[in-house]
Amino acid sequence: MSAELEELYQSIILDHNRRPQNFRVMEDASGHADGLNPLCGDQVTVWIKLDGDRVADVSFQGQGCAISKASASLMTQAVKGKTLAETQAIFDRFHAMVTGQGAEGITGGMKALSGVSKFPLRVKCASLGWHAMKAALDDAAP
Amino acid sequence: MNPLAILRKDCERPIVNLDDFSLLDERDHLHYLDSAATTQKPRAVLQAMQSYYEQHNANPHRGAYELSAQSTEAYERSRKRIARFLGVADVDTLIFTRGTTESLNVLATAWGRANVKAGDRIVVTRMEHHANFVPWQQLALAVGAEFVIAELAPGGVLDLDHLAQCCTPNTKVVAFGQVSNALGTINPVSEIVRIARTTGALVVCDGAQGVPHFDAAVDALGVDAYVFSGHKMLGPMGIGGLVVRREILEAMPPYQFGGDMIALVGDERSTWNVLPHKFEAGTPNVAGAVGLAAAAQYLDGIGMSRVRAHEAALLAYTTARLTEVPGVTVLGPPPERRSGVVSFVLDEVHPHDIAQVLDSAGVCVRSGHHCAQPLMRALKVSATTRASFYVYNDADDVDALIVALLTTRDRMGLA
Repeated sequence: MSAELEELYQSIILDHNRRPQNFRVMEDASGHADGLNPLCGDQVTVWIKLDGDRVADVSFQGQGCAISKASASLMTQAVKGKTLAETQAIFDRFHAMVTGQGAEGITGGMKALSGVSKFPLRVKCASLGWHAMKAALDDAAP
Repeated sequence: MNPLAILRKDCERPIVNLDDFSLLDERDHLHYLDSAATTQKPRAVLQAMQSYYEQHNANPHRGAYELSAQSTEAYERSRKRIARFLGVADVDTLIFTRGTTESLNVLATAWGRANVKAGDRIVVTRMEHHANFVPWQQLALAVGAEFVIAELAPGGVLDLDHLAQCCTPNTKVVAFGQVSNALGTINPVSEIVRIARTTGALVVCDGAQGVPHFDAAVDALGVDAYVFSGHKMLGPMGIGGLVVRREILEAMPPYQFGGDMIALVGDERSTWNVLPHKFEAGTPNVAGAVGLAAAAQYLDGIGMSRVRAHEAALLAYTTARLTEVPGVTVLGPPPERRSGVVSFVLDEVHPHDIAQVLDSAGVCVRSGHHCAQPLMRALKVSATTRASFYVYNDADDVDALIVALLTTRDRMGLA
């Protein structure tokens, strides 16, 4: 198996795929949004609860490949408790990383997603939950 | 010899000379198992198209000069050759289109808008490709007709009793696939036609997954319209066809307007050319037709019964070997009732991840909903992995698939 494939399916990705974090419906969300990948039929719903300009809680549910599920799970860990400005900055860094523009400023488990940049067809999978999170923020905005 | 070795021997070699397929010949480690999406092209097809452009290219049906006549001759000779391959006697009822999707849109738009009214009924089946589903669904929405789906019986086959219930006297269209692209299910066409004929409906058969794999014998099917794509039967992309009974075509309004399809253009009104030209507006895809005729010639050279037998042998061997992979469930009916398609799910692994790991082993399969979302919903899966076979595949491709599936389980952390 290629080294690139090893990098794509790191154990942290497989763990998040099998035991996704914050994988639940949120009843008292400030906003939510759906993401859909018509190519493979993957779908995700992301819920967000805001406390002022801070993400007090974030969760997701849906079905998808290991990359999309793990990425959404890592997303919830990365942005929970962050301000809106910090969340935007994390999103931008994530996007730069998966599209091969460097992993500068990437911390924690999100590093495990760096392997995606070698597989351009999987960028959509990795981004599905992140774009839904952004849309959920828009939905939550007063 | 043990049973598995016998099954392997039956599909040990491709039934074509791999030298004919440059793409496959030049990539030793490629295992192309996505022919239900599109097939590879033999050199004979590519050469026929190239020599058309190098020796006979001109706009057909127009010029008074010799070269234009040659182009017309190449185009119409191709139509005859393809009609013969299909088993269609009335050559001018074969209309060239871009493929199955366009053919079905012609029917749903040109015939549908003229013949389907509010309160009428359109019947399709649960296993249709989106191309034989959405055009009819949209026609029904546009004219206020009822859109009804004939459901599946257990085992991924059509429920003929339910189809019969769906076929009420006000049914104007019954549209079904000859073979399911997602599962490989071969539908009982004569039974379906018999049921559909209890109504006055237009009976439409989507042959996209039929023509490439067995003798289509279109005239003998007894349907009103038959559609297919060239690129799934060794031909080029962008050419396919629509075969419709002559009296229906003659009564049907044109789909597109423009050059070649007219007889007389007045300042206020126009009249239409004869068949097949009435439905072929604009400069046609002559090179595509020439390439498709070469593909028909190539397939006839093999013999469609050998094509069918080879796919059946590959399917039998694959079915036996898949039992070595824990957690695999094959969808659809038993192999005898399928064309060369294996659609399966693997416990705890998403099809997109399977296809990714398989790709790293040079195994090309399709993962996803196979343009059959209504079917996926009924099967309660979001996606499947599909391996599909053709004349150039052999037991080595199956072996590579099995090894790669075991690797996938390993890679995804399954014991």
